[in-house]
Amino acid sequence: MQTFFSIGVDALAYGMILFVISIGLSVTMGLMRVVNLAHGAFAMIGGYIASYAARDLGLAYGVAVILAVAGTIIIAVPLERFLYRRIYGAPELTQVLMTIGITFCVIGIANYVFGPTLKTIPLPSELQGPVDIGFRTIAAHKLFAISCGIGVAFALWYLIERTSFGVKLRASVDNTAMAAALGVRTKIVYAASFALAVGLAAFGGVIGAELLPVEPYYALRYMVTFLVVVSVGGAGSIPGALIACLLLGAIDTTGRYLVPEYGEFFFYLAVIAIVWVFPRGLMGRAK
Amino acid sequence: MTISNTSATPIRPLAGVGNNWLRDLAGIAIILAAAVAGYFLFPNNLALLTRMIAIMLFVLSLDLVTGYCGVATLGHAALFGSGAYAAGIAAAHFGITEPLTMVAIGALGGAIAGLVSGVVILRGHGLAQLVLSIAIIHLFHEAANKASAYTGGSDGLAGISPEPILGLFAFDLWGRTAYVFGIILLVVIFFLLRILVRSPFGMLCRGIRQDPVRVSAMGASVKSTLLKMYVISGLVAGVGGGFNAVSTQVVGLDSLSFTNSAEALVMLVLGGTGTLYGALIGTIVFIGVEDLVSAANPFHWLTIVGALLIAVVLFAPKGLYGTAAAIIERYRKDGR
Repeated sequence: MQTFFSIGVDALAYGMILFVISIGLSVTMGLMRVVNLAHGAFAMIGGYIASYAARDLGLAYGVAVILAVAGTIIIAVPLERFLYRRIYGAPELTQVLMTIGITFCVIGIANYVFGPTLKTIPLPSELQGPVDIGFRTIAAHKLFAISCGIGVAFALWYLIERTSFGVKLRASVDNTAMAAALGVRTKIVYAASFALAVGLAAFGGVIGAELLPVEPYYALRYMVTFLVVVSVGGAGSIPGALIACLLLGAIDTTGRYLVPEYGEFFFYLAVIAIVWVFPRGLMGRAK
Repeated sequence: MTISNTSATPIRPLAGVGNNWLRDLAGIAIILAAAVAGYFLFPNNLALLTRMIAIMLFVLSLDLVTGYCGVATLGHAALFGSGAYAAGIAAAHFGITEPLTMVAIGALGGAIAGLVSGVVILRGHGLAQLVLSIAIIHLFHEAANKASAYTGGSDGLAGISPEPILGLFAFDLWGRTAYVFGIILLVVIFFLLRILVRSPFGMLCRGIRQDPVRVSAMGASVKSTLLKMYVISGLVAGVGGGFNAVSTQVVGLDSLSFTNSAEALVMLVLGGTGTLYGALIGTIVFIGVEDLVSAANPFHWLTIVGALLIAVVLFAPKGLYGTAAAIIERYRKDGR
């Protein structure tokens, strides 16, 4: 029972962090149809900025999070303008190469600037230590990650279903040409949702730093996981991404607890099985 | 041969058949000349050149599925690594140390891996295809890591000691025999692949890359054609892997890694997809530059690869060979 419970909490926390990071990727992939392998690099940039702000400058955790999100967006917007905009609608191979190139550059630069060591983001005292929830205690940062994931899911649901920006976004995802013809400025929608996606990635990179430690090869190590989440959930679908994150988080965490010597074997086996059965993802739409 | 030209797809008109043979012979002569030049220019670096040959075979095999069939894959090292492990395991555990037999076993291993990964990867399209290919390479990697009784796990598979080739040419300390053996393998494979990509089957594959719906409307089976190409690609990659096991006498887990797949893709795109020469040139440039730069600082190397990739995508989408060929073509047209 105790193992079951700790697997459950860990899986939920891991799944929620995956969700916060990869939901942005899912939206941009559904919207712009760009296979963005550099998404993990943005989460890593967020982690580095937060670590620098909180550890080296001694700023508060909240300030570090805001700085990380803002800083990553500032870095990413010119990239969207000058590099990504050229590969919208290009064949997948081109997109993969361009974004993998960006990832390699970011890894190389991060390693040069910050060195190859692991960077920690010091947690505020409220998030350290366990929290008693009546019958059990949970690590506070895991609880924090879970609530952040739920908060992001609700905020995104509200943004997409209830605001005029959401209407334009959904219209552009469904049919870009028609949305543009009806007066939606799709380029601005693209740029705004790209910035949103990158900001969420940075946010996820910071709050998930306890589970996915920040180091130069972060971008490459977890890139695959984020892509897998989008592919399993179906590009552009928020509920799909949520289900995929919880499912994959559960499979991965259970595998690590029960058969640790097999590493990621079961994770990838499950991925192949799911994609085999649902080639368009769990909640993906037919083209 | 000429029938395929009547389709409306923008395949460049082929010159006469005799002309093609001449061009192949010229290409092989250039490869041999480069090989001889490499032998005398870098006598102390033959190990690097030999590794280059093994990787060339690997990149050629990737070109078959990515360049000719349009399948984007980040898991092609599964084929190369399976070939290397097949040959290595045959030598280390079953005492089959005859080099030609080892390479043949490598080819078989690669072909089986090609069949398996082809069946899985061709199931999806676009993003799903990419994710399946990534999952495949990680699965192969984990499997090899776990089966350490056979593969040596993360320590690598050692204890491969190949006999002299045909009982005549022993492998020497300077790697001369391995180098010559590799050049012969490369030339033979290259020649066979030139025939393959010009054959009706090769033309069908190019047609599938351009428009799979149209090809299936013509009555050809898209999936079985691609699967056949995957198995052929596995044969070629397996020869490369088997040769790598013979020449280095060790098989490491990194031959089945995601990085290895991604690097092969970078080499292919750097040289130019869809031309066999592009695969060769990309490999030479990539490994040559890597050897120079990574000696200085491995992380600068990663930044340079990234910048190189972005530059190729933006400025030379056809790769070095494709861009050079286009410039020469334009020059010749102007000259006429």
